[in-house]
Amino acid sequence: MTALLEVKGLKVQVEDNEILHGLDLTVNQGEVHAIMGPNGSGKSTLSHVIAGKPGYDVTAGEILFKGEDVLEMAPDERAAKGVFLAFQYPVEIPGVTTMNFLRTALNAQRKARGEAELLVPDFLKKVRSVADSLNIPMDMLKRGVNVGFSGGEKKRNEILQMALFQPSLCILDEMDSGLDIDALRVAADGVNVLRSKDRAMVVITHYQRLLNYIVPDFVHVMSKGRVVKSGGKELALELEESGYAQFEDKAA
Amino acid sequence: MPAVQETVDRVRQIDVDQYRYGFETIIESEKAPKGLSEDTVRFISAKKNEPEWMLEWRLEAFRRWLTMEEPTWARVNYPKIDYQDLYYYSAPKKKALASLDEVDPEILKTYEKLGIPLREQEMLAGVVRPEGERRVAVDAVFDSVSVATTFQAELKAAGVIFMPISEAIREHPDLVKKYLGTVVPTSDNYFATLNSAVFSDGSFVYVPPGVKCPMELSTYFRINERNTGQFERTLIIADKGAYVSYLEGCTAPQRDENQLHAAVVELVTHDDAEIKYSTVQNWYPGNSEGKGGIYNFVTKRGDCRGKNSKISWTQVETGSAITWKYPSCILRGDNSRGEFYSIAISNGYQQVDSGTKMIHLGKNTTSRIISKGIAAGVSQNTYRGLVTAHRKATGARNFTACDSLLIGDKCGAHTVPYIEAKNSSALFEHEATTSKISEDMLFYCVQRGLSQEEAVALVVNGFVKDVLQQLPMEFAVEAQKLISISLEGSVG
Repeated sequence: MTALLEVKGLKVQVEDNEILHGLDLTVNQGEVHAIMGPNGSGKSTLSHVIAGKPGYDVTAGEILFKGEDVLEMAPDERAAKGVFLAFQYPVEIPGVTTMNFLRTALNAQRKARGEAELLVPDFLKKVRSVADSLNIPMDMLKRGVNVGFSGGEKKRNEILQMALFQPSLCILDEMDSGLDIDALRVAADGVNVLRSKDRAMVVITHYQRLLNYIVPDFVHVMSKGRVVKSGGKELALELEESGYAQFEDKAA
Repeated sequence: MPAVQETVDRVRQIDVDQYRYGFETIIESEKAPKGLSEDTVRFISAKKNEPEWMLEWRLEAFRRWLTMEEPTWARVNYPKIDYQDLYYYSAPKKKALASLDEVDPEILKTYEKLGIPLREQEMLAGVVRPEGERRVAVDAVFDSVSVATTFQAELKAAGVIFMPISEAIREHPDLVKKYLGTVVPTSDNYFATLNSAVFSDGSFVYVPPGVKCPMELSTYFRINERNTGQFERTLIIADKGAYVSYLEGCTAPQRDENQLHAAVVELVTHDDAEIKYSTVQNWYPGNSEGKGGIYNFVTKRGDCRGKNSKISWTQVETGSAITWKYPSCILRGDNSRGEFYSIAISNGYQQVDSGTKMIHLGKNTTSRIISKGIAAGVSQNTYRGLVTAHRKATGARNFTACDSLLIGDKCGAHTVPYIEAKNSSALFEHEATTSKISEDMLFYCVQRGLSQEEAVALVVNGFVKDVLQQLPMEFAVEAQKLISISLEGSVG
């Protein structure tokens, strides 16, 4: 079986600075992987490069998604094929209602896949049911995208999109940043509902706390641009006790 | 937003220079001799069969113009215009049209290509219209003359006069005499004075007391001829309690040399009357190297002469190599209201210096200015606005919001507000913001499946939403597409 996501020997530079020094990661369908590591270890860079954010130079290695070379694809093409990145800091887009944004994006993806655009009544029905399950009032969707949203609302809006687009790979970048414990629980519940055998998740986090709510199948520790240790969910707890310092030495 | 996809599809069909109205219509035309002199003025006046008083009015303006200097205070740069190297009058050959059928088919084809319906009688005869669909009466101005005005009969029944101004001068001399030049006097400014001397056509609208004009009125301006200036003159009067909504659209062929457009628009509202004036200006902006394009030097002013009257300007400016344009309101009547909603987009080498003047003279007058400037490429985009309250304009209120959006790092946005309150009860508010379309914003959109072009269109449409909402429905959709097309290629 082809892995859903295969990262092999990935080296990435930003303005002549190498951030990732040959990173390997394999994620199969249905699995939830946590990537942990200290600040500056390259976690967010990895998520950006998989999603295709401009400004990164891939100097070596490859990224395969469903066996296809992702690096050859434009970011919107990757999105249509099922790569979803939940942002650490979702941007605000004034004047564009969330509802309009969701519909434009969903239909753009459907069109790219050769599917028919969703009619407004069907779309509304779909959004309403997803929004209800995430405790998002419809009024919030009439506001500009993320404009004036609280930290929790922004993250719920990301999960709403995840639920709506039904991607096969979800990358959650520091989903817990800026959330209090209650907001975190709501967001994590939203993510857990989306766990399925057809979908994989890569949960990027600094703290073990999030992994109490989204329990991973695998944990990888990143340090200085490499995966330095991989293991089961117990690895996260181990880290919580002993910290990242041990790996910093190892990577050096 | 299906319009976004449609926009992108359309953009793809357009060639490198992206201007879709750049074609030329090949017809025979009759021109005045090149250059500007008293003889040119007499020639134009004679062509129009004008009464003596009109000729005198023009000549006085011309003599004054000779003593004036071209203004240089705007933030625009262009080589000196040689006013003797232009044609001031050009008309399609074929005279005295009795009906639309006599209009040169090439001209009709031109308007068809531009999507302007002139043959309304066919629609009335054959096609059943959906309930509630709005109709628009059109006056089409081709170079120096008006070639067709539609829905004349229906408007006449309502008492509304809508005709080429050259005809109004002959048929309604009293009305024209009473109002022409009373808002923008012949001595107003260099370009307005020039226009007063050589204007050839334009629209005239009079809405009698208590009448709500039964349909939108529209004028469509087209410059076709080479080396020809277009100097149209529009005069709109809403008498007591009247209402009219007027739309103006403009395009020109793609040419290497610059062309001059110096129009004057005068609006007058009496007690309780309202005029809503919307423009979608899409003159040829020049090519990607900044060659060619229209020089657009326009004076537009409305006079809220009566109490409780209202004038509202809405403009979407996407074309022209140079734009010099400040649609303004004189708030003379007590409780009168002026509004200015503007979207000014510059790309490539375009230079825009545009804004408004709100002159508060009457008591409790209010005004509102919402300006959205979008600069891309290596363009320069300036908002220049004046808000003043006269000593006697007690209780005057103004709210101004100027937002600029920069796309890329080689363009410039400038805001130059002048605010002057001569009495202590005036309350003026001014807000200004400048922002950049950030890479993060675009990446967020493309990560959700939008293409780069769709992402820019979405963000920009969000930015201009407040203004687009002010436009009549059909125009708003068209404007939205136009905005995206204007910005095509602006993001790497």
